[in-house]
Amino acid sequence: MAEILRTTVAAPAPAAGRGGWYVRTTRAVRRAGGATNLETRLGAAIVTVLVLAALLAPWISPAKPDALNILDALKGPSLAHPFGTDYVGRDVLARTLYGARVDFLVVFVVTYIGLTVGALAGMIAGYYGGWLDALVGRAADSAIAFPFIILVLVVISITGSGLKGIALGIVLVGWALYARLARSEMLSLREEQFMLATKSLGYTNRRAIFRHALPNVVRSSLVYSTVDILVNLLVIASMSYLGFGPQQPHPDLGGLIADGQSYLLNAWWITTLPGLFVVLFGFGVSLIGDGLSHGEVTVGLK
Amino acid sequence: MGSYLLRRLGVTVIQLMVLSVVSFLLIHLTPGNPVRTMLGPHASPQAVATISREIGLDRPLPLQYFAFVGNLVTFHWGRDFLYAQSVVSLISPRAGISAELIFGGLIVAVVIGVPLALLAATHANSGIDHGVRGFVTLLFAMPSFWVGLILVLLFSLKLHWLPSSGYTDSSLGGLVRSLLLPCVALGFSILAVVVRTLRGSVREVLDTEFVEAARARGFSNRRVLFRHVLRNAVMPTATVLAVNAGLLIGGTVVIEQVFQIPGLGSLLFDAVERRDYVVVEYLTVLSGTAIVALTLLVDLTQMVVDPRVKLVKAHG
Repeated sequence: MAEILRTTVAAPAPAAGRGGWYVRTTRAVRRAGGATNLETRLGAAIVTVLVLAALLAPWISPAKPDALNILDALKGPSLAHPFGTDYVGRDVLARTLYGARVDFLVVFVVTYIGLTVGALAGMIAGYYGGWLDALVGRAADSAIAFPFIILVLVVISITGSGLKGIALGIVLVGWALYARLARSEMLSLREEQFMLATKSLGYTNRRAIFRHALPNVVRSSLVYSTVDILVNLLVIASMSYLGFGPQQPHPDLGGLIADGQSYLLNAWWITTLPGLFVVLFGFGVSLIGDGLSHGEVTVGLK
Repeated sequence: MGSYLLRRLGVTVIQLMVLSVVSFLLIHLTPGNPVRTMLGPHASPQAVATISREIGLDRPLPLQYFAFVGNLVTFHWGRDFLYAQSVVSLISPRAGISAELIFGGLIVAVVIGVPLALLAATHANSGIDHGVRGFVTLLFAMPSFWVGLILVLLFSLKLHWLPSSGYTDSSLGGLVRSLLLPCVALGFSILAVVVRTLRGSVREVLDTEFVEAARARGFSNRRVLFRHVLRNAVMPTATVLAVNAGLLIGGTVVIEQVFQIPGLGSLLFDAVERRDYVVVEYLTVLSGTAIVALTLLVDLTQMVVDPRVKLVKAHG
C-alpha cells in the first residue's frame, strides 16, 4: 500500500512542472530532443533571418513595394535592385519582403489556430472517450476526406478572393490532423501512472487535462506543425498564384511568381527569386521539424 | 475481422454523407441568390426564376438534398448553364486528361523516388543518405507551380526541347511531350513522401531476421534487396501515397493552370472564378469520393495482406 501511495503521489511532479505556459511549452519542445542538434539550429537560423527580414521590411527594403518606375522596368538584379524590377519597374525584393510579411503572418496564425483547435478537440476526445470521442473522430475523418486544395477553392468560391477565404479553408481541414495526433497521445497517456494519480488525488478534469496532459500531448503536434507550416504556405502561395490571393497592387509571394510568368524569358528573376525565398523558408522549417523528430517525421497530409 | 470491417465501412459512409451534405450546402451558403451570382448582374429576372426552378431551388432543403444525391448516384447530373453542356459531358473527357497527369506524376515519383530511397536506406547516416534526404526536403519546399515555371524556362524557352504549354493526344509522342514537364512538376511535389516513407520502411525490414537469413543463404545483395526487402517495404509507402492522394489531386488544379492543360483542375479553376456552383459542387463530391474510395481500398488491402492491422486499428 505504501508503495502504491508513494508512486501515485510522486508521479504527477514531472508532468506538472512549474512556471507558465511558455516555460512548459519550451520545455516540451526541448524534451522532444531537438534544441541542440545541428539540423534544428541551422533551420532556426534560416527561418529567423527570413522572418526578421519580412518583419523589418519597412526599414530594410530597398524601395517601396508599389513604387512604379517605368523607365526602370524589367531590369535584372543589380546592387540597387538585388532581385531586379518587374514590368512596371517595381522593386522585386521589396515586393518579396512585403509579400512574405503578409504570407508569413497568415501562415503562422492559420497553422497555430488549427493546432489549438485540433489539439483541444483531440485531448477532450481522448480523455473523455464515448460519444465525444466518436463525434470528434468522425468530424476529423470527414474533414480529411476533402482534398485540401479543393476544399480551399470551394471556400474561396463562397467568400471570394482574398486571404480570409484561404485562411478559413486551411483551418477547416488543418485542425483534423492535430485532433488525431492529440487524441492518440491522450489515449496512451490516460493509462499512465501520473494521469491515474490525478484521479486518485481528486484533481478536476480540467486540471488533469491542461496541467498534466497538455505538456505531453502537445509535443507531437508541435513537431508536426513545422511540416504543416510549410504545407500551408505552399497552399497559400498556390491560391495566390491562381489569382485568388490579395489583389494588385498588394504583393504576396504566389502572386509575385505569377507576375513573372509572362516575362519568363526576358525577366527570369521576377518568378525565380521570390520562389527561392519560399524554398529557403520551407527548407528551414523542414530542418527544424527533422531535427525535432530526429529525422523521422511523416511528410505531407495524412 | 468482421467488426473492424464494419467499423471501417461505417466511417466511409459517414465520410460520404458529410462530403455530399457539405458540397450541397455550399450552393445555399452563398449570400444572395446563387443563380443570380452565376448568371451575372445583367440576367433577366425571368431567366433567374426559370433556372432556379430547373435546379429545384424553390423546393424545401431536405427534398433538394435527396434529389441531389439521387441525381449524383444515377449520373443524372443535369446541364451546366454557363457552358450550355451536360455536366457529365463536361467532366468525363477532362477526367481522362487529369488521370493521365496524376498517373504520370506517380510514375515520375516512383521512378526517381524508389532508387533514391534504396540508396539512402542502404547507406543510412552516410553522406549519401544525408544528401538524398536534403535533396528531397528541398524539393518538398518548392511550390509545384514554381517548379513548373522553372522547368518551362529551362526546357521550353531556353533549350526548346519540349512545349511550354498545351495538351495534344493525337500521337503518343505528342502526348508524352506535352505531359512530361507537368508530370515532373507534379511528381516532385510528392517525391519527398515516397523517399522518406520507403527509406524508413526499408531500413526496418533490413533489420529483420528473415533478411539476415536470406543473406546467410548466400543470396546476392541485389536479390535480397529487390525480392525480399522491397516487397515487404512497399505497403507502407503505398498507404502513405494513397493518403497523400489529396495532394496530387489538388496539385493538378495548379499544374494544369501552369501548363494550360484542359483537365478537371482547369475546369474547377474556371468554375470557382465564374462562381459556377453546379460544377464546383459536383467536382468537390467527385474528388472527395475518389479520396475516400482510395483510402478505403488501401485499408482493406492492408487488412487482407497483413492481419496484424486490424488489431492495431481496432484499438487505436
